[in-house]
Amino acid sequence: MILVENLTKSFGGLKAVDNISFEVNRGEIFAFLGPNGAGKTTTIKILTTLLRPSGGTLRVDGLDPGREAVEVRKRFGIVFQDSTLDTDLTAWENMEIHAYLYGLARNAWRGRAETLLRSFELWDRRDDRVAVFSGGMKRRLEIARGLLHTPQILFLDEPTLGLDPQHRNHLWALVKERNKAEGVTVFLTTHYMDEAERSAGRVAVIDHGKIVDIGTPQDLKRRTSASSLEEAFLSMTGRSVREEGVSNVEEMRQVVRIWSRK
Amino acid sequence: MKAIYILWLRELKRYSRSKAQIATSLGQPLLYLLVLGYGLSPIFRRSGEGSYLQFMAPGVITLTVLSLSMFSGASLLWDRQFGVLRETLVAPVPRIYIMIGRTFGSASTALLQGLLVGVVCVLAGFRPLSLQSLPLALVFLVLIAVVFTAIGTAIGSTLKDMQTFQMVTNLLVAPLFFLSGALFPLDDVPAALKFAAALDPLSYGVDGFRGALIGEAHFGMKLCFAVLSVLGIVMLSAGAWRFAKMEA
Repeated sequence: MILVENLTKSFGGLKAVDNISFEVNRGEIFAFLGPNGAGKTTTIKILTTLLRPSGGTLRVDGLDPGREAVEVRKRFGIVFQDSTLDTDLTAWENMEIHAYLYGLARNAWRGRAETLLRSFELWDRRDDRVAVFSGGMKRRLEIARGLLHTPQILFLDEPTLGLDPQHRNHLWALVKERNKAEGVTVFLTTHYMDEAERSAGRVAVIDHGKIVDIGTPQDLKRRTSASSLEEAFLSMTGRSVREEGVSNVEEMRQVVRIWSRK
Repeated sequence: MKAIYILWLRELKRYSRSKAQIATSLGQPLLYLLVLGYGLSPIFRRSGEGSYLQFMAPGVITLTVLSLSMFSGASLLWDRQFGVLRETLVAPVPRIYIMIGRTFGSASTALLQGLLVGVVCVLAGFRPLSLQSLPLALVFLVLIAVVFTAIGTAIGSTLKDMQTFQMVTNLLVAPLFFLSGALFPLDDVPAALKFAAALDPLSYGVDGFRGALIGEAHFGMKLCFAVLSVLGIVMLSAGAWRFAKMEA
């Protein structure tokens, strides 16, 4: 479903993604696990046509995101780290805008929107403005909206950031349910070890723009002879806190943005 | 087409729900209309120019459309800041459709607000020449809305933060308005001022609109129409170009 070979992305002289290769199979839940600034979001942005890679080849459902952007966009749904809901509008109107943007047929999308809102427990609140929703409700709505056009792949970038454990559990149950019911491939990023362990079939550990290891959570634990994925993760990426490295990448991104503006 | 329609509709929905904004943006035109309009009326009449209210009401309506149009760029910055824009930028539609939908949506809300102020002007005593003159006047108002929304969009997709945007637009709106001949006739002003007014795109909007409404035009309606149409196309292209280069 997703094929990435020797993908590289540099901002100025800094390599945010450094020669990574991996494959995501149809229907699987695949997690990118790594500390902040490891290159997770950059990879998602490249796969979802928002950034151009500096090098390497990639295929999303057999298509090249760089050259067939519109076709690729029809095939995935995405939930960004920061909410992209229109808070002045109602939940239903947010779904409606999405349906029109994706050119869905009126009689088809309305039924699907109802099914999704019902299963995400938002149907009773469909006519409320999103501004009054809780963080968990907003996230659920975003995922429901991302699934409205029946995508092949659902990208979730840190979907549970800032949610309490109850909401996180609920969210993962819903995502797994959709994955089972529709066979939608899920590509998610997280820095919560327990989430990767519980939700994903396979996990890629990424750090400093490089993939450290890929496998099932069990494989990773076995290879590092750790008792939990958290242990395995720490033994692979080191235990020190690295604020500096993080801000460097962010800083380079900012600088490059300013340059490219001229 | 569907994408353009829904983005246009979104702007209208947001406008119709922001009752407070509708009410507060009536304040400034009312101030001009009631204070300047009635205040300068005796002098205007004494100098043999007729009713000042008749003269300046079209200018006040234009001011309303101008400010709302220009500030539409702010909603672009706002949507970018809060991520709303990103949802539209990953959608499988060309960016130009997104820009067109948003621009025409904002232009429509500016137009509606202008019409609302028009009603207030009529209540205050303004009378257009005839009912037949209204369609042509509307054409000019639409042109003004499109031209300045496109300018607002171009500025909004170039700048990064709200503060700078507000500074830039405030810096532009006042001279555009004061030089446009909205508040005084351009016929007998000093040559330098006349020259500056001729460079102000809003002058052609005010003049064409007023010409249609009360039959007094300085530049002539044909010239006004031509200038605004050309400028509209140029600014829409500029807006589209800036929009296409904007980062998600």
